[in-house]
Amino acid sequence: MGTDAPALKVENLETHFFTKAGVVKAVDGVGFSVERAQILGLVGESGSGKSVTGFSILGLVDPPGRVVGGRIEFMGEDIANADEARMQSLRGNRIAMIFQDPMMTLNPVLRIETQMVETVLAHRKVDRAAARARARDALGQVGIPSPDERLAAYPHQFSGGMRQRVAIAIALLNDPDLIIADEPTTALDVTIQAQILHEAQKLCRERGTAMIWITHDLTVIAGLADKVSVMYAGRIVEAGAIDDVLDHPVHPYTKGLIGSVPSRNKRGAPLYQIPGMTPALLNLAPGCAFRERCPRAAPACLEQPAPSEPVPGRSVRCFRPYVEAAS
Amino acid sequence: MSAFVIRRLMQSIAVVMVMSLIVFFGVNIVGDPVDMLINPEADQADIEAAIKALGLDRPAHEQYWYFLVNAFKGDLGSSFIFGQPALQLIVQRMPATLELAFSALFLSVLFGIPLGVYAGLRPDTLTAKTIMSGSILGFSLPTFWVGLMMIMVFAVMLGWLPSTGRGETVLLFGVPVSFLTLDGLRHLLLPAVNLALFKMSLVTRLARAGTREVVHQDYIKFARAKGLSPRRVVLVHVLKNIMIPVVTVIGLEFGGLIAFSVVTESVFAWPGMGKLIIESIQNLDRPVIVAYLMITVLMFVFINLVVDVLYSVLDPRVRLRDMRA
Repeated sequence: MGTDAPALKVENLETHFFTKAGVVKAVDGVGFSVERAQILGLVGESGSGKSVTGFSILGLVDPPGRVVGGRIEFMGEDIANADEARMQSLRGNRIAMIFQDPMMTLNPVLRIETQMVETVLAHRKVDRAAARARARDALGQVGIPSPDERLAAYPHQFSGGMRQRVAIAIALLNDPDLIIADEPTTALDVTIQAQILHEAQKLCRERGTAMIWITHDLTVIAGLADKVSVMYAGRIVEAGAIDDVLDHPVHPYTKGLIGSVPSRNKRGAPLYQIPGMTPALLNLAPGCAFRERCPRAAPACLEQPAPSEPVPGRSVRCFRPYVEAAS
Repeated sequence: MSAFVIRRLMQSIAVVMVMSLIVFFGVNIVGDPVDMLINPEADQADIEAAIKALGLDRPAHEQYWYFLVNAFKGDLGSSFIFGQPALQLIVQRMPATLELAFSALFLSVLFGIPLGVYAGLRPDTLTAKTIMSGSILGFSLPTFWVGLMMIMVFAVMLGWLPSTGRGETVLLFGVPVSFLTLDGLRHLLLPAVNLALFKMSLVTRLARAGTREVVHQDYIKFARAKGLSPRRVVLVHVLKNIMIPVVTVIGLEFGGLIAFSVVTESVFAWPGMGKLIIESIQNLDRPVIVAYLMITVLMFVFINLVVDVLYSVLDPRVRLRDMRA
C-alpha cells in the first residue's frame, strides 16, 4: 500500500445503464478523492447518481448498468479494472458499505451471528470461535447492549436504529480502510441519527478510516464531513471544504440546495424551493443539466461547463458561478 | 413452540371432526349400496335382513354416531365387498402409494429447485427459457396421457423399463418397499417420474419466482458487499429465503400427490390406495370410501401441521409471532 496515496481517488468515473429506452448516464465523469481519516460528503437529490457512484467503487453495479470509463484508485491500486476475485477480496474487507434502509439490509432468515461470522470468515483464516468473538466486539463497539445474547437474535428482533448499528458493526468487522455509507441515517429518527453520526465520526478519527457519506441532507454532513462534493444529474457540480461550500456556495444549484433547508430564522415565510424538477437522465440534452432551473442561466450554458476553480480550493462546473458572493 | 403446536393440534382435531361429518353424510347421499350388493332375485325379507345386517336401517344420524364411536376405537367399519376391516384394506395398500408419492416428491425437489434457481438467476439465457417452457408442458399435459406416452416409449418401443406393478419388494421395518431392489427401482421410476412432472414444474416456477424476487433485495446486495462468494450468496442467502414458499407449497401439494396418484396408479397398475378407492367407488363400498377419505383428511391435516412447524423453523418471524399469539 502506498503510504502517500489517498485512500480513494476517483477520476472521470462513468457508469451508464443500457436500457431498452436508451442509455442512462447515471454517473458521468465524476471525480473526487478521500484521504485517510477523512470524511467526504457526497450530496445530491434522489437520482443524481450518488448511490450508483458508491456501487461503482465496489464493482456492484447490476446489469444493465456498467462502469464504462474512468479510474478508481484504492490505496494506490487501480480497482476499476480489477477482476472479480480481487474485488470480492476487497469488498467487506478493505472497502465496506452501509446501505440506506436498515430494515432491508439484513437477511431476515439468518441470525445476526451467521451474518457477521460469515463476513469475517470470508476474508480471514480464523476459526469460528475467533470470528464470533470479533463479531461480539464489533457489536459492542457500535453500542449494542449485551452483544453476546444479541448475536443469537434475528433481524426482526431489532429496531431500525439497532439494525443500522448491526450493519455498521458488520462494516467494521474487518477494519476496512474505506467505508461507503449510503444515506445510512435517512430512515432513522433524529436522535438515533445523531448517535450514529457520532459513532461514525469517532471511528473515522480513532482508526483513520476514510469515509464517503452519501446523503441528500446537507444538515447531516454539515458537522460530520471534512469536504463535500455536490452531485447533480450524474456530475459533480461543486466540490470543496465543507464549511466553505456551506457558507459560500458558488454553484447556483448548491446555493439553491442550501436555501431549501428550512430555517428557524425565517418563521412563517414561504419555504424556498428550487423551481422545476430533476431532469430525467435518459437522453439528457447536452449542456449544463441545471440550466432549466437555474436563475443565472445564460446562452453559454447550452454547452457543458468544464470544472473550473473560481475560488481557491473549490472545483465548480458552472459558467456563471456566484464568485462575488464568495469573495 | 409447544404452545404453538398444541394450538395447531386443537385446530386440526376440529377440522377432522367437521370433515368426518361432511364425508359420512356426503357418501350416504350417493347411491344405494343395497342395489349393488344384494342379488336382485332375493325376496323382501332377505333384502331387509341384509339391510339390517349392514346397519343401513337406522337413521343416518344414528349411523354416524356408531361410526364415530367405532372410529375412536380405531374401527372404520368393514368393507361390504371384501368383508375385511376397511382400515386394514387401506393400510395394506398405503405403503405402495406413499412410496410412490415420496419418490415423486423427492424427484420434484431434487430437480425443481436447482432448475428454478438457475432460471431465476439467469432469466435471459436460452437454458432458462427452455426450463420455463418445459415447466409449462409439465403443468398442462394431462398426467394420464404422459403416463401412457412414457409406457409407449420406454416400455413398449425401447423396452428399457417395465410398465406395470411394483416389482421385487423387500421389507423395511416390516413394510414392503420397492426402492431398495434394482428391479423395484426399475418399476418405480416411470410412475414416480410421471407423478413428479406436475410438482416439479410447480417447484421450478416457485423457485424461479422466489429467486427473481430475492436477488433484487437489498440484503442480497449487502451480502455481496460483504465480499461473500457468489456460491454462498446463492446457497445460503437466496436459497433459505426461497425455501419458505417452496416448503409450504410442497407440503400442501403432498396431499395432492396422493390424490393424483389415483391416476398414475391406474395407468401403471401400481397396487396402491388409488386403485382401491376407484374400485370401491365403482362398487359403492361405503365403509372403504369413508375410511379412505378420513385417512386422506388425517394425512392432509398432519402434513399441514408439519409444514407449519417446518415453516416456523425456516422463518424466525413466524415463530415469534405465533409464540406470542
